[in-house]
Amino acid sequence: MTLTDTLHTSFKTVVSYRIRSLLIILAMALGVGAVVVLTALGDGARNYIINQFSSIGTNLLVVLPGRAETSGSFLGAVLGQTPRDLTLKDAQLLGRLPQVRRYAPLNVGAAELSAANRLREVTVLGSTADLIPIRHMQLALGNFLAHGGEHTAQIVLGAKIAQEFFPRSQAIGQRVRLGDSRFLVSGVLSSQGETMGFNTDEIVIIPIDYAQAMFNTTSLFRILIEAKSHSDIEPAKQAILASLRQSHDGEDDTTVITQDAILETFDRILQTLTLAVAGIAAISLIVAGILVMNVMLVAVTQRTAEIGLLKAIGATSGDIRRLFLAEALWLSLVGAVLGFLLGQLGSLLVRIAYPQLPAWAPVWASIAAIAVALFTGMLASMLPASKAARLDAVVALSKK
Amino acid sequence: MGDQAVYALNDINLQIASGEYVSIMGPSGSGKSTLLNIIGLLDKPDSGRYELDGKLVTDLSETEQAKIRREQIGFVFQSFHLVPRLTAAENIELPLLLGGVSPEQRQIRVNNALNAFELKQRANHRPAELSGGQRQRVAIARATIMQPSVILADEPTGNLDHQIGAEVMSLLENLHHQGTTLIVVTHDRELGGRAHRQIGMRDGKILTDQFHDTH
Repeated sequence: MTLTDTLHTSFKTVVSYRIRSLLIILAMALGVGAVVVLTALGDGARNYIINQFSSIGTNLLVVLPGRAETSGSFLGAVLGQTPRDLTLKDAQLLGRLPQVRRYAPLNVGAAELSAANRLREVTVLGSTADLIPIRHMQLALGNFLAHGGEHTAQIVLGAKIAQEFFPRSQAIGQRVRLGDSRFLVSGVLSSQGETMGFNTDEIVIIPIDYAQAMFNTTSLFRILIEAKSHSDIEPAKQAILASLRQSHDGEDDTTVITQDAILETFDRILQTLTLAVAGIAAISLIVAGILVMNVMLVAVTQRTAEIGLLKAIGATSGDIRRLFLAEALWLSLVGAVLGFLLGQLGSLLVRIAYPQLPAWAPVWASIAAIAVALFTGMLASMLPASKAARLDAVVALSKK
Repeated sequence: MGDQAVYALNDINLQIASGEYVSIMGPSGSGKSTLLNIIGLLDKPDSGRYELDGKLVTDLSETEQAKIRREQIGFVFQSFHLVPRLTAAENIELPLLLGGVSPEQRQIRVNNALNAFELKQRANHRPAELSGGQRQRVAIARATIMQPSVILADEPTGNLDHQIGAEVMSLLENLHHQGTTLIVVTHDRELGGRAHRQIGMRDGKILTDQFHDTH
């Protein structure tokens, strides 16, 4: 019996047992579909978070005071000293490193903003002009500390703040009071929404000098640094640590976090999560495989007389085995393809329901789901097929 | 049964010439079906030799025996053994399919068979939609589609009424007239009496072996 004839004959058999075939195909399809949709969700979540995190800057390094390690040789801790503060001088020093494109010192606090008979508490960032490009913020109107304006009392309002305080009038040029000082509105941020739990629409930005004066501090909360290129990130980190160690009398009392390292960690965690979810979904494929085995065993019993007849008219054991394997192959194949389409449809619905979530099933997951479905289907039908092939022709023929 | 061995067939010595018309008769349990199954290579004797066309076939591999069944032997059963989900034409086509005959050739040969057995009108009907006589004609068409040298019929008219049974028998006898060896197993004396050579069996042994000239 030729391969084409075997496949064609078994396909006709699949078609003729319509209900049975549909149920098995459905079971296979749901298994494959589940893998596709769940990996789409997992990978979508991964991409969503990576995108969010990437959007806060490019080649970004964050310098913070203190050491992140809980163990180590920081003698100051033993001697009861707190780590040295980061200062504006430190920031300026780092800004001169060859690997650094630009830097922005950062102070954060809260203060009351009042203008036009309105009053509210806002988050205040104190920084320099370079904060805007480093943090990928955009000004909708005006500018911030442009050209020699570092020491003037300027303020940039977040989009929502500007809308709240000046709903009908031009915010630029207005005078506002923040805490005890007066500021001139020089710019308005464009609306960006929330990234990583931080809403830039509800902040105000003032020059670093004014922020330090307002919060009565000389130390910095963070120093944000943008490396010149991706390959400069690691050298920049080493240079920053070396430079700070030198200016802090040989103490390693600062921590540098690179955006890359965090991205990698997120990527790894979420990749693992996607794999785990795919694995759980794959269990349904194994269940479908067992269903295929069950159905094929029933088919062998039902068609015992037919198998006997095929042997009587000259079918070899191999012919019979291949016919049953081909039947299982069709069931698995149609189920897998249908499941793939179902999964794609499901992912599409997720993308429609949650446009922010790029829920595309990764190619490896789709291929793996289809391959596992075919493999389990074939594996599960081995036993029924060889049972059919081994049937004794005389005994089989006498079955009604 | 105790430790007494039971023999379905015992001490059988039988030679059938090419082109003969033989009936094997006997009560049920006499071993006539087992003999037919051994001749048809469906069953293997525990000991003894079976030569077909001068070739020892008892020791052939399962695949080689399947090839002989496919090409040299045609089976006709009492209960027809048609595949219920296939049409008459598809049932007739089965041996060609197993033999790896090309689709074009298959169509030509199935069409010829449908014409020869007057089944043209019923070609696309399933067995459930055919009468008993039509079913047995499909089965005979299937048994002869590979042009075998031997036709083995096991109670071919057992499920048919008298008149239809006679029609089916004349179809089989026609094949014999064209040179095919015809072996019919039956417990019907009248049916068995039509054969030129009649073998009587009992308890796994051949009791009588008579030649009649019915013409």
